[in-house]
Amino acid sequence: MQCDLCILKPHQSHQSQISSSVHYLLVTEIISAADPKMKRFRFDLSLFILLGFCMLFSPAVSSLVISQLDRKIDLSSHIVRSTVSLKVENNGDDSVSEVLLPFTEKQAKSLAFLTASIGEGKGKAKGSFDSVPLKPVNPEGMNPKLTWYSVSLRKELLKGGSITLEVKAVYAQILRPFPEKITQADVQLVSFEESACYLSPYAVNVQLLTVKLPEPKVESYTKLDISKFSGSEIKYGPYENIAPFSSIPITVHYVNNHPFSVARELVREIEISHWGNVQVTESYNLVHAGAEITGEFSRLDYQARPHVRGASAFRNLVAKLPPRAHSIYFRDEIGNISTSNVWSDSTKTLLEIEPRYPMFGGWRSSFTVGYGLPLQDFLFLSEGKRVLDISFGCPMNEVVIENLTVKIVLPEGSNDISASVPFPIEQQSQETKFSHLDMVGRPVVVLEKKNVVPEHNQHFQVSYQFSNLSLLREPIMLVFGFFLFFVACIAYAHADLTISKSSSSYLSKLQWDEVQTAIQQFQNVMNRCLIIHDKLEASLRDLSRTGDLQTCKAARKAADSTLKELSKELKPLLSFLQSSSQATQLLPKVDELVSKEKELQEKLMLKHSTVTDSYEKKSGGREIENRVASIQQKISVLRQEVDDLLEVIDI
Amino acid sequence: MAAPETPPTSSLRYAFGNVLSIFILLLIGVLAFSIRLFSVIKYESVIHEFDPYFNYRVTQYLTKTGVYDFWNWFDDRTWYPLGRVIGGTVYPGLTLTAGSLWKILNSLNIPLSVETVCVFTAPIFSAFASWAAYLLTKEVKGVGAGLTAAALLAMVPSYISRSVAGSYDNEAVAIFALIFTFYLYVKTLNTGSLFYATINAMAYFYMVCSWGGYTFIINLIPMHVLLCIVTGRYSSRLYIAYAPLVVLGTLLASLVPVVGFNAVMTSEHFASFLVFIVIHVVALVYYIKGILTPQMFKVAVTIVVSVGLIICVAVLAVLIALVASSPTKGWSGRSLSLLDPTYASKYIPIIASVSEHQPPTWPSYFMDINVLAFLVPAGIIACFSPLSDASSFAVLYIVTSVYFSGVMVRLMLVLAPAACIISGIALSEAFDVLTRSIKYQFHDKTENPQLSAGDTSNNSKTDEVKMEKSEDSLKERSSRKNKKKAKDTEKASVISRIEQRLLVLPFEVSLIAIFLLVLLGAFYVVHSVWAAAEAYSAPSIVLTSHSHDGLHVFDDFREAYGWLRHNTEVDDKVASWWDYGYQTTAMANRTVIVDNNTWNNTHIATVGTAMSSPEKAAWEIFNSLDVKYVLVVFGGLVGYPSDDINKFLWMVRIGGGVFPHIKEPDYLRDGQYRIDSEATPTMLNCLMYKLSYHRFVETDGKGYDRVRHTEIGKKYFKLTHFEEVFTTHHWMVRIYKLKPPRNRIRGKTKKSKTQKASSKRSGAKKNPWR
Repeated sequence: MQCDLCILKPHQSHQSQISSSVHYLLVTEIISAADPKMKRFRFDLSLFILLGFCMLFSPAVSSLVISQLDRKIDLSSHIVRSTVSLKVENNGDDSVSEVLLPFTEKQAKSLAFLTASIGEGKGKAKGSFDSVPLKPVNPEGMNPKLTWYSVSLRKELLKGGSITLEVKAVYAQILRPFPEKITQADVQLVSFEESACYLSPYAVNVQLLTVKLPEPKVESYTKLDISKFSGSEIKYGPYENIAPFSSIPITVHYVNNHPFSVARELVREIEISHWGNVQVTESYNLVHAGAEITGEFSRLDYQARPHVRGASAFRNLVAKLPPRAHSIYFRDEIGNISTSNVWSDSTKTLLEIEPRYPMFGGWRSSFTVGYGLPLQDFLFLSEGKRVLDISFGCPMNEVVIENLTVKIVLPEGSNDISASVPFPIEQQSQETKFSHLDMVGRPVVVLEKKNVVPEHNQHFQVSYQFSNLSLLREPIMLVFGFFLFFVACIAYAHADLTISKSSSSYLSKLQWDEVQTAIQQFQNVMNRCLIIHDKLEASLRDLSRTGDLQTCKAARKAADSTLKELSKELKPLLSFLQSSSQATQLLPKVDELVSKEKELQEKLMLKHSTVTDSYEKKSGGREIENRVASIQQKISVLRQEVDDLLEVIDI
Repeated sequence: MAAPETPPTSSLRYAFGNVLSIFILLLIGVLAFSIRLFSVIKYESVIHEFDPYFNYRVTQYLTKTGVYDFWNWFDDRTWYPLGRVIGGTVYPGLTLTAGSLWKILNSLNIPLSVETVCVFTAPIFSAFASWAAYLLTKEVKGVGAGLTAAALLAMVPSYISRSVAGSYDNEAVAIFALIFTFYLYVKTLNTGSLFYATINAMAYFYMVCSWGGYTFIINLIPMHVLLCIVTGRYSSRLYIAYAPLVVLGTLLASLVPVVGFNAVMTSEHFASFLVFIVIHVVALVYYIKGILTPQMFKVAVTIVVSVGLIICVAVLAVLIALVASSPTKGWSGRSLSLLDPTYASKYIPIIASVSEHQPPTWPSYFMDINVLAFLVPAGIIACFSPLSDASSFAVLYIVTSVYFSGVMVRLMLVLAPAACIISGIALSEAFDVLTRSIKYQFHDKTENPQLSAGDTSNNSKTDEVKMEKSEDSLKERSSRKNKKKAKDTEKASVISRIEQRLLVLPFEVSLIAIFLLVLLGAFYVVHSVWAAAEAYSAPSIVLTSHSHDGLHVFDDFREAYGWLRHNTEVDDKVASWWDYGYQTTAMANRTVIVDNNTWNNTHIATVGTAMSSPEKAAWEIFNSLDVKYVLVVFGGLVGYPSDDINKFLWMVRIGGGVFPHIKEPDYLRDGQYRIDSEATPTMLNCLMYKLSYHRFVETDGKGYDRVRHTEIGKKYFKLTHFEEVFTTHHWMVRIYKLKPPRNRIRGKTKKSKTQKASSKRSGAKKNPWR
């Protein structure tokens, strides 16, 4: 069921169904399309099988004759491309509406891509070829090892009519390296097996086969009667009048140093962001599928003569990305790979990547390439739906992909999703991906296909519905989240988280707070007292300097009054402290402090009055000093004690 | 005198100051985070160095399999064929931190890879560390010093070297844990709150989880407690700060598998228990002193002291006997090399071979802490005026860490926060003094021009006026509910009142001094940014060089690891010198023989012996170890100096330490290590030489080694037992495969020969795996 052109559109409504049912529907439809007579039975599979047996002796096959067949096989890379142009004539009586194309088992296994186009009768102009749908069929009575495809003609081929059919087939991994293991210095030889005459259920009048080689070097090729090797081409034929199903096996063993780059697995993730970006991430699991290297790998040899010692190896891959691709990266699981280059112009972006090491036969590597694309280039609005139109295959040159998974991650909140791919794929399913701050997850359309070649690099479409308002969901969520956070902070700062307001510990804490306040006020008062003491001292010093007795006395008066005020202030505080039960430990200290301060005050006053007296009596400086000395000593001792006490009561 | 206006403005100023300091802290956090991003911007978001790769691998395992599997993880990818029990031998703090960070982010649907989380863990935690430094310094010397210290710590080069983005190392979170534990200790000491004491034990637990350096905490705090007791600063707060930490902390520490019973058995923890006993005795003495009268107390002291001394001596004797019975005196090798700096070089070459275990040179102090080295003495002086419990702790911290940093260059990391805190105090005090003197004189000049000619007494007068003002405002403020802060400032004001008159400097002098200090700070910033950008941001797995045609990238290590990862069998064993073990398991996902966790000296010596043996003997050793590939690092082509040839003498030394037939003098010509034509034949025939220089001569015809700056001695030779399977682009990593053993068809004569050969050297301890 590899190749037909049946587009999946009819099944868009069955997206959610499991794949097998899709498959089943596909099969039924294919068969019914193959034979219009069966259309009425398509609703029942068992009926179809029954009727399939009735079709055993279908007469359609033999009335056609291929009058001329020109076959070109291009072996220049590791992907084999064959182009067959058939001139089909109807010699029978009935009109024919389909042409059958058989493939051998081996071909069918590696057949990756198949198209057919029809040129109208005589018109030789190449431009007039129209592609026609192809369906896999299973005509009974034929060799079961063959795989059949049928080309349904748009117009039935009437008797005597002729038509030119061009069939393009692409085979991946059909070339066999021989020998399978080579050393670093050897060139890579591959063998290609084919039949010199085209496998056809119809008789062929004239046929010609051209095999194009990459280099004019061939190790050996099967020599037939009419075969010619010239330049890099081998020609077989023309052979005439060949019976149906005839086959002449030929083998071409030739030099092919083309990179046999095969991705065992490729996962392309296309993530759409409606903020303006399509992010494509491609993770490759690459292998050089040519002849395996055996023995030593010498870097010296490789560096000295890379084209001789390492002819089969490839160093880099070139990817053709869409124009305006940006933020391109190339890395693997252990970090960035620094060997890459980008060229860009208005039609494309060329990305040249070099894996960490040159890829010799059998060597593997895995890496990830990612890039961003502008959204407006790939997303369109049609009939109220958004349609993503982006290429399916991988952008690398000449890479065969064994298993390709394309994941299209749509924005959160999109619905009514349907995908249409211009060729059949193995599986289509849907999953959900959680990414940046998602609540319900983003719908992901997963498309899987095996054996993908560059010819599959066609655009496919995913359509979905999406409301622009959903874009604001995450920013609003963030804003709201932060808002809540700040509100919570404010609430916490203002809330009283005490468990019980009547509990003794809470009450005692309150009391303790009050005591602390009182103590602080007390300390303040004390400090101010001390400052006034300082002022008194200063006035004395001024006196000694200027001899201005009046100011000194004035200062003393002022000090006296303030001190009195302060002691008044002190009274309620002290009484409060005495009454409070919490302050019992502190009380003796406080009392002591008060008394010491009083004493200090007295002494200071004494000193002050002594000094002023002496000044009035005009006694000498030394005399004053002598008289004051003892008081001064006491003062300094007291001052020290007061300071200490102040620190002690400091809680 | 606008006295009535002052209260509202000052409270506004207070609130504004609070907001400002929070804002500054935020900026410091941003600074600490962003200064460490140079490596990501200049290179890429990738794990650096060797050890981080192991941590990264463990984190990957943790996130993949969950925490229970992580505890039971037996890693068979390393130390083949022994393996390693990762869960029981690793400090899980960093891994669990990053793992839970990743889990939280993913549960919020923020799809960050484990690698990204690992890369950015260190910068995040350095922001936390600078906040912790703020808290600690605030407890010691107030908010200003705290902010300065936090800013300094945010960009101290020593810490940057271990915490740039991608440097996913234990130290990155451990320094935060260290400072935070100290903060909680000092906080408990200042408040006497049991709540903080409990949190402190938890922080200590986190530190034990994160780093082996936790022994520093469990020795420093007892030392400080002892200091407090000896200097007569015992208080109930000290008891609350210490006793719960020892009990809870030891219990919690023994929950960490890698510590386990070591928390009570090894000598590293001995000091904490001793001090635990001492503090109880002291507490008891204080209690009894409270009960008894002085005379009774004196009698009691004489009795208790005489009895207690006898018991103490007996207990000590038993303890010493116990400790002395173990060969290392109960200390681990690493700790011993701290106490005796010559220990490692004498007995454990494997510790000595690591460059970060060498003692630092003077330039490295300047490189790593820069101007802080000059500020530290000033800060210590500032801590002594006045000396509080907290500031004595800061002094003790700096003194001990200076010693440890002198022993091992790696412990510069412990010194850095201490230096930042002390320098923060110094700078803040200096600015305090200078700005204050400017401010007062400024006021003198503008407000009181008539007093401008005044002397100090005038100044003091204006001071007093100001004091009055501020105290009025204080009174207003203290009537508010929130008084803690007010009290602090008031206390400060009381103290400063005494000092102010002493500490007023002339206007011009202070202006110049401020200018010079700012210049010093600017120099520090410039140096730190340079260090962060140039010196410490290069991931060692990607090398770059600037040549005339632009930047050249040497990505050979990852090229080789990538090749191994994809092009060898999953179970192949790769032998290399232990430096590359972690990277090989993490990046190439292949089994290695030895790795950077150097727990088995014999195993490493085996690899060292193989590398220094001739080809055939080496092949036998490797073959017996199931080795399939041998990886050597060779810098001779591009001039990469830390390659295996330069490390080779350590392989010889370590190999020779276990297998005596490898003798270091055999590899030296007249005591000189050389690889040119003068080199000894043993040297020229050993495996390391051959693998490094295989076909090297063909590159330039002479075989000129760009690291050793000489032509190699033996130029043309063929490998008989190994074959080259991969060499990277710049030849920095060369991978060889062991050739399969030869067929034994015509083996009779050969066999007898080899038997003879083996019997000849059967006396030597050749190959432990046969």
